[in-house]
Amino acid sequence: MNLIPDWLHRLASPPTFYAFATRAQPWLTGVTLLLLGYGLVGGLALAPPDYQQGEGFRIIYVHVPAAWMSLFVYSVMAGAAAVALIWRIKLAECVLTSCAPIGASFTALALVSGMLWGKPMWGTYWTWDARLTSELILLFLYLGVTGLQQAIADPRGAARACALLAIVGFVNVPIVHYSVEWWNTLHQGPTITKIGKPSIAASMLWPLLSMALGFTTFFVGALFQRVQNELLWRERANPWVKEATA
Amino acid sequence: MTQAFMAVLARELRLALRRRSEWAQPLVFYAVVATLFALGAAPNAPWLKVAAPSILWVGALLAALLSLDRVFRGDHEDGTLEQLFLSPQPVSLLVAGKLFAQWLVIGLPLTLLAPVLGLGLGMEPNVILVLMLSLLLGMPALILTAGFASALVVGLPRTGVLLPVLVLPLVSPAVVFGAGAVRAAQSGLPAEAPLYFLGAILVLCLCGVPLAAAAALKNALD
Repeated sequence: MNLIPDWLHRLASPPTFYAFATRAQPWLTGVTLLLLGYGLVGGLALAPPDYQQGEGFRIIYVHVPAAWMSLFVYSVMAGAAAVALIWRIKLAECVLTSCAPIGASFTALALVSGMLWGKPMWGTYWTWDARLTSELILLFLYLGVTGLQQAIADPRGAARACALLAIVGFVNVPIVHYSVEWWNTLHQGPTITKIGKPSIAASMLWPLLSMALGFTTFFVGALFQRVQNELLWRERANPWVKEATA
Repeated sequence: MTQAFMAVLARELRLALRRRSEWAQPLVFYAVVATLFALGAAPNAPWLKVAAPSILWVGALLAALLSLDRVFRGDHEDGTLEQLFLSPQPVSLLVAGKLFAQWLVIGLPLTLLAPVLGLGLGMEPNVILVLMLSLLLGMPALILTAGFASALVVGLPRTGVLLPVLVLPLVSPAVVFGAGAVRAAQSGLPAEAPLYFLGAILVLCLCGVPLAAAAALKNALD
């Protein structure tokens, strides 16, 4: 039985993926612009101000998607790490190492936007609250992966070392989360959950979801570009690179 | 298999006996760190006692980290690591033996030194007992995690600050629960819960780290 469809096999080959990513790029850019455009207009202009937080709540349209992405990118990275270790697929190695700087940026964005929101709302930029702390540790984990990747000269060896670190970190993230939660918490509970009705008005919710999707497509686009660069560099001796860049 | 484990353990212990500075240095480092914290505070400042759990935990962690950079390096340079991989025994078992030796040589002395430093920082006897228990459970977990990280960087010419950057975020739960247990004891609360969590972390490290470290070493040798 063929568990993995044929097209997926072909996509894992560097030249095929390179061509696919080139074709996908304009679509990704377009969808990202549409989603972010609607999200920003809907969130910053159309949605009513919050009854408690006033206009200040609007930072969630950047903060919450960035925080979601920081975890989502880590999951993608750990998934790619598992694929890279088990099947030794070059493309997965490139995905894994390309995820780390993007994920670090999302995490930093979530932290900074959260701090800017925290000053007027909580009266302080930083507090050693559980979610803030686990997000900060997540940032350190990302930086560790990037640092390790840059320290090892051989790209394949570097990617596999990063893969091991990413998987160990992935196991560690929930432990970090619950340990600091148990340690201290001030952050508000989640407003949007899958189960039950979210405690947020629809006029505020739709732009937020649009922003989240837009951040995701942006991530995919940025990831594709980084992976393309990495592939070009790794395969620079191969004829397909010359054809692709001619 | 037990024989192979014991052989690795015996070799490590013999090496440590011949290079005394290896196990003496972390102890001196630990004592100096605690002393400097006390010197940095006003004499007999009350906050020093409050901060003592975290000072003693982080100090022990840094002291252990200092020497774990070398745990696989010498073996990698002189070819012992290749020999370990040629042996018919599972490498994870041999790695576990090496790290167990590291705990005996570095972790255990640090655990035994901590009460003395705790006394110096004004801890009560019952708090010191919890401190020792927490380090007894936490140090092996720290050493295992640091061993994994040093396996990742084993082939590199200079690691510098990379090892701490890799290890510190990974061990943050152990620090939370370890220092948390001591703080709980300090404020007269039961310290069992964080100690159980530390035990759980240790079990997880014991199961996972030898395998991950063996994979990292194999990758470094490829």
